[in-house]
Amino acid sequence: MPATMPAILPTDLPPCAPLLEGLTDPTMLVGADRRILMANAAARELFAANVLGAPILTYIRQPDAVTALERGFAALASGEHPAQPFEAKLIKTAQGQETVLRVQVTPLSKDFGVPSMLVGLRDISHIEDAEQQRRDFVANVSHELRSPLTVLAGFIETLQGPARNDPVAQEKFLDIMDREAQRMNRLVSDLLSLSRVESEERVRPRERVAVSDVVLTTIAALRPQIEDAGLVVEFHDLTDAPSIAGDRDQLVQVFHNLIENAVKYGQSGNRIDVAIERIDAAPGMNGPALRVDVQDYGEGIDAIHLPRLTERFYRIDGHRSRTMGGTGLGLAIVKHIINRHRGRFSVRSTRGEGSTFSVLLPFG
Amino acid sequence: MTDRLHIDQAFDQDLERIREAILSMGGRVEEAITLAARALEDRDEDLAQAVIEGDRAIDALEEDIDQQVVRLLALRQPQAGDLRSVISVMKIAADLERLGDYAKNMAKRVSVLATSPQIEGAGSSIRRQARQVGQMLSDMLVSFSHLDVALAEDVITRDVEVDHMTNALFREFITHMMEDPRKISACLHYTFIAKNVERMGDLVTGSAEHVIFLATGSRPGDRVKGASTASLDITPE
Repeated sequence: MPATMPAILPTDLPPCAPLLEGLTDPTMLVGADRRILMANAAARELFAANVLGAPILTYIRQPDAVTALERGFAALASGEHPAQPFEAKLIKTAQGQETVLRVQVTPLSKDFGVPSMLVGLRDISHIEDAEQQRRDFVANVSHELRSPLTVLAGFIETLQGPARNDPVAQEKFLDIMDREAQRMNRLVSDLLSLSRVESEERVRPRERVAVSDVVLTTIAALRPQIEDAGLVVEFHDLTDAPSIAGDRDQLVQVFHNLIENAVKYGQSGNRIDVAIERIDAAPGMNGPALRVDVQDYGEGIDAIHLPRLTERFYRIDGHRSRTMGGTGLGLAIVKHIINRHRGRFSVRSTRGEGSTFSVLLPFG
Repeated sequence: MTDRLHIDQAFDQDLERIREAILSMGGRVEEAITLAARALEDRDEDLAQAVIEGDRAIDALEEDIDQQVVRLLALRQPQAGDLRSVISVMKIAADLERLGDYAKNMAKRVSVLATSPQIEGAGSSIRRQARQVGQMLSDMLVSFSHLDVALAEDVITRDVEVDHMTNALFREFITHMMEDPRKISACLHYTFIAKNVERMGDLVTGSAEHVIFLATGSRPGDRVKGASTASLDITPE
């Protein structure tokens, strides 16, 4: 209530107050009257422009955070100085998104102007997300490995028992078992290649690689699959394209994964375009780059899936992806390889018209 | 709340303390809603249990606020604007307590739902709906602290979105039930939850109306209501 609020002059504030304004983390000074004395720009943006003078509980209300505040006020009242700030976690929901913040409450010495405490907040959502992703990853890997194993175990039992003397059934079951074993094999080799790519992600590649040569080799290797799908790949090469610093095998893997995806999911179109272009400037790139577009004319991808495509085991249609032999790791591998090449990876897609996967690779 | 200096400083101080209690009670309720919805989506029975147990603290806070209010009424005998403040605060506390009960009820259904057939997307839809209500609650509490009438009015208009979300969810659940009778039990629970979240939106709206009454002394006019589920009918072809 403004009426009972004692006027606090800027000179009463601790001398650190002007410095707080420059901090990027939301930070506030709270007086012994439990009201906000000062809030920096980040805090005003997080809560509201008019936080000054409001009770701190208006904005920080969650039980754990309130406990941290209460302990701060108690320390402030008794004049004690805790060795460490009081901490708590706070979940803030805005625009349908949950942000996890860490709150730190530090009572300040009375020697600095009016008794007050520093309340600092830091966004730790990315740490929480990372933890969640790790848990999901373990769960996903186990699930992906278990389903082909269950099939194998089931058929082994059948072959030992009911189908012992049935050569027709045996033939059929062995085919299925072969397919499932291959699926596990693909998954394990994708996992290994993902971990290899990740471990090398900070090692800059040194070889000189001609990108059009890599693309041509990849298309040649995929020829049988392309023909089986009844597709035509049109390659729009760039003559005198400069070579780039790259890892040849890894780049082959990138285009292999992209073109293979285009073959699998672009069957309804009847062609795939692969084009190399020279780009002089692109957002986030320091110099010129080569752009390789892999474009299919299939059913396209809904916009809601686009941001998550490179997540491990993220599938738009899990069942279909698995019947196509996908491991759910292809684009994750692509992303890591391109990161290692300091490049950019982007996807554009229109439902019903097809998708374009673009790889930007810097040269020089 | 008014710019004139209050003659009775003690009254202001008491009221201030009650307002703080409302804010921290509100914080607990917000947390209960967030965590209950998360427990539902993640099928996390431990988290659900924590929410159920946490409701006792919310009830205790309401009782505490009630006692403080009664004391304030008896000792200070407030009139006019002051009386209005005290009564509004008491009503908001009661609304918050009901909100806590609904969150607890949602948490209670987690263990049944964790063991019944999964309804694709139901958990995340409910969570989205609960988030909408949580955000309205958060803004209602800020408007209460600042006596910000504009913000309180904004909260009231946003309740329509919750109503729409509820209708969409009803449709979804009815479709699931018609497709597969084994899903009926789970879908019924989800339907109750969706209805409860919709009621939570109404309670928050009611509290926002108390805030406006507290600030201006008059009740806001009739608000726009979203389509009611009472007229919802999906008949199989």
